[in-house]
Amino acid sequence: MMKTFLDKVLAKADYQAVRLLSILREVQAQYRHIPGEAIDLLAEALNIPRTQIISVVEFYSFLHLTPQGRYDILISDSITDHMLDKENLLSYFSSALQVKVGDVRSDGLVSLNNTSCTGMCDQGPAGLINGMALTRLDRPKIDEIAALVAAEKPLSEWPAHLFIVSDNIHKTGLLLASSLDGGAAIRATFSRGIAETQAELDRSGLRGRGGAGFKTAMKWRFCAEEKSDTHYVVCNADEGEPGTFKDRVLLNSYADQVFEGMTVCAAIIGASRGFLYLRGEYLHLHDKLQAILQKRREAGLLGSGILGSNLNFDIEICLGAGAYICGEESALIESLEGKPGIPRNRPPYPVTSGYLNKPTVVNNVETFMAAANIAARGGDWFSDFGTEKSAGSKILSICGDCEKPGIYEYPFGVSIRQILTDCGADDVMGVQIGGPSGTFIGNQELDRQLAFEDLATGGSFIIFNNSRNVLAIAQNFTHFFAHESCGFCTPCRVGTSLLKNQLDKIVGGHGSAGDVVELESLCHLVKNNSHCGLGQTAANPILTTLQRYPDLYQKQLKDISYEPGFDLDGALEIARRMAHRDDAAAHLSQVED
Amino acid sequence: MTGTINIDGQNIPFEEGQTIIEAATAAGIYIPHLCHKPGYTPHGSCKLCTVKVNGRNCSACTFPAADGQTVINNSDELQQDRRRITQMLFVEGNHMCPSCEKSGNCQLQGVAYHLNMLDNHFPHFFAHREVDASHPDILIDHNRCIFCNLCVRASKEKDGKNVFAIAGRGINKRLIVNSPSGQLKDSDIAPGDCAAHVCPTGAILIKRTGYQVPIGQRIYDHHQISEVALAEETGHGE
Amino acid sequence: MANKIKVATTSLAGCFGCHMSFLDIDERLVALAEVAEFDRSPITDIEHCGPCDIGLIEGGVCNSENVHVLREFRKNCKILVAVGACAINGGLPAMRNPIALEDCLLEAYRDGIGVENAQIPSDPELPLLLNKVHPIHEVVKVDYFLPGCPPSADVFWTFLTALLEGREPTLPYELVHYD
Repeated sequence: MMKTFLDKVLAKADYQAVRLLSILREVQAQYRHIPGEAIDLLAEALNIPRTQIISVVEFYSFLHLTPQGRYDILISDSITDHMLDKENLLSYFSSALQVKVGDVRSDGLVSLNNTSCTGMCDQGPAGLINGMALTRLDRPKIDEIAALVAAEKPLSEWPAHLFIVSDNIHKTGLLLASSLDGGAAIRATFSRGIAETQAELDRSGLRGRGGAGFKTAMKWRFCAEEKSDTHYVVCNADEGEPGTFKDRVLLNSYADQVFEGMTVCAAIIGASRGFLYLRGEYLHLHDKLQAILQKRREAGLLGSGILGSNLNFDIEICLGAGAYICGEESALIESLEGKPGIPRNRPPYPVTSGYLNKPTVVNNVETFMAAANIAARGGDWFSDFGTEKSAGSKILSICGDCEKPGIYEYPFGVSIRQILTDCGADDVMGVQIGGPSGTFIGNQELDRQLAFEDLATGGSFIIFNNSRNVLAIAQNFTHFFAHESCGFCTPCRVGTSLLKNQLDKIVGGHGSAGDVVELESLCHLVKNNSHCGLGQTAANPILTTLQRYPDLYQKQLKDISYEPGFDLDGALEIARRMAHRDDAAAHLSQVED
Repeated sequence: MTGTINIDGQNIPFEEGQTIIEAATAAGIYIPHLCHKPGYTPHGSCKLCTVKVNGRNCSACTFPAADGQTVINNSDELQQDRRRITQMLFVEGNHMCPSCEKSGNCQLQGVAYHLNMLDNHFPHFFAHREVDASHPDILIDHNRCIFCNLCVRASKEKDGKNVFAIAGRGINKRLIVNSPSGQLKDSDIAPGDCAAHVCPTGAILIKRTGYQVPIGQRIYDHHQISEVALAEETGHGE
Repeated sequence: MANKIKVATTSLAGCFGCHMSFLDIDERLVALAEVAEFDRSPITDIEHCGPCDIGLIEGGVCNSENVHVLREFRKNCKILVAVGACAINGGLPAMRNPIALEDCLLEAYRDGIGVENAQIPSDPELPLLLNKVHPIHEVVKVDYFLPGCPPSADVFWTFLTALLEGREPTLPYELVHYD
């Protein structure tokens, strides 16, 4: 029976080992885990070692070697969820479902756990049930979900209101206010000419919107110039940076423009295949996006001989499975190839050697959308906005302490103060710009600008008011990185866990004189020696807050030479219980009396 | 492309396609490393070979040499970072040298001695790791695995097999064996395989050979890993 | 006599092997005795450590008594030194760490071969075991580390003579061993 099911899944995947992740997603959905028997059958059918399958299963948070509940519920652990009372709701969920957090209920009906930010920070507390997004969770909703679970009602029959995901676009600008007719950018590219369109892209000054800000025209030119029989276009929709959700909105309401941008890119670099790597948390968008692709094929905007030209290009959607690191472009490519998302060594860069070692352009969702508009309207249309070094606009995901969380588009160069006014934030303590891997700025710095030359961001903009605790914020982000480290290199694999433990020790009030010094030196070690952007930025939450609020850290410290990082008296608990003792000598003080 | 690069003030030649560590080794300059081994695909994971290339930190084992590069290898700052990274490896696993057959011949230890590492500095994880003694001739002690990936590459690239892989994520990484039971005895490893001999630590050992050379008379008891590595690696692959 | 350097030594969860190695400095003990005197140490039978210049700790921290002794040393010694593998990383005693303490106690006192009158000792005189054996730097601040199982006599001598002469102690390559 399992074989019949797997044959069907394998046939759909064309027996391609590169599609391992999507195959495993289907097995997980069917059996709530990846059974050993399936591993053996898949290894044989795909002609790959079983260890590759196990490595992939263990790497991605949404794949499991042991069965999860038939209703598998994950609650988003983003700082914004915490600010919306997530911890209490999680306990409430836990008692309503009678399952411990991190466990599967003994009857196998339901499992409950935390998960990294699901990209719903403007409508949290959020979660996922069997991969489908849940938003604005509150006690009545949890009661409703618990009742549906108890009644074992199939998810497809659950009321739609539980799954509403809103766009929340509050401020449109250059991109969001413009509409683009299907095929307009492709037609403009053909009529203007490939080289001329490349020149327009160059003139536009467009830089990658994922955060790193590499010049898009240059990336596409490098890739086009690589001699190869095959080139690939990849759209990075693995929007995993906590606090970011603008790509979700772009794909929900502007997907045609994104696909159009990918098609223009294909025409310029000579690609015939493209991929949209969609983070697993956005499963709810999958069918809609497939339908849009199908419509584009029917309209002659995808497929062979696009708009009567000799351009053949199509796009495949690949779903991630819960791994922040796959937002790093080379890790994303590894994931597309059916492997754990471990960032590659560079050079070579993807433009030279990307998917299947062929020249590949990887760009963010917003970059492709901007490129489509630039192709249609010309470079000046874009570069007239923004600053000299940061042309055009930036779409922000604004969340946290403000009246109107959601999507805002601004020309680059806008001040942070302006943004805060627009979204209704007052009593601001600080803003996390660019997510945990970015920068924390305090309320003395609100006249700084949003731009690559000052505060760069991939779109995440989290606001904290004065009631928030800086250390708790740094702690949430530091835990996130330890959880998401791929574990490839020593400094990040071990260092992010050491950072987490050391920060917990200090925040928990067990630190002493040398502990902050130690924390800071560990931060620099991890930052300077890690393999990729994750490790190189994992210490930013601590470093940027330590720089601005050294007193807050110092205040946590005890005026003693040293305190152990583990609970001494707690470490005697088992021995006490087994020896039936509770006398004074059976206890230890945490520090010397 | 050939040319010269400058390492710590010394100009050395390199050949087309060489990485910085290959050029350095050929010129008799030691750069500390654990996951790198000449003749194997570079991995770049241990990060001990981190050097400053034109002011930027790079892994010498993966970064290509290019004409005119200024490389800093032997600075106090880099050596201190390398010591800390080695200490990370020591606290991550359970490295009990006095009871390890590999002691004295262990490259992890050799590098630590070379860096004058006197303590483990960080709090220990005391991770729970298994021992796989199922195979009649080969032992895996997961306590000592540092995820250098050399056995994975040896099995794939040298032995034409796929005995090992690294699974897991973050601090939960683990070495796994390609066999139905997951045990080494049911894999197709052979005692003569490169994968059975390449481990830089005592994680993969050939049974009944551990004490043929007494403690105190072993490689790193008397020779720095810098000399040993250069002697072994110079001229490799030429 | 009054300005002699005061040295205290003890073994926590250790085997006294480091102490034996210390004694292996042989005739150099005479030279040492001229500039140093011993406070609490197996050599003197002094029960509690008084103010000292140097405290040498062998062994890791496996039970509540180890914690008390270690704190006493830290409080009284200007310079505290972790001596040997067990003090530095828990050493052989720490090889019980992967096994749950519950299982260790049951195996030793109830289920093991040859156990008679099975019971977990509960005499208040006995120190209780910690869940895990810890190196001493995880419990108190440590100033110096002398690796080895045991550190050789030359390690002790090199280290102590440097301290006594007011130099920063360093160990040359040949003296750094973990076994």
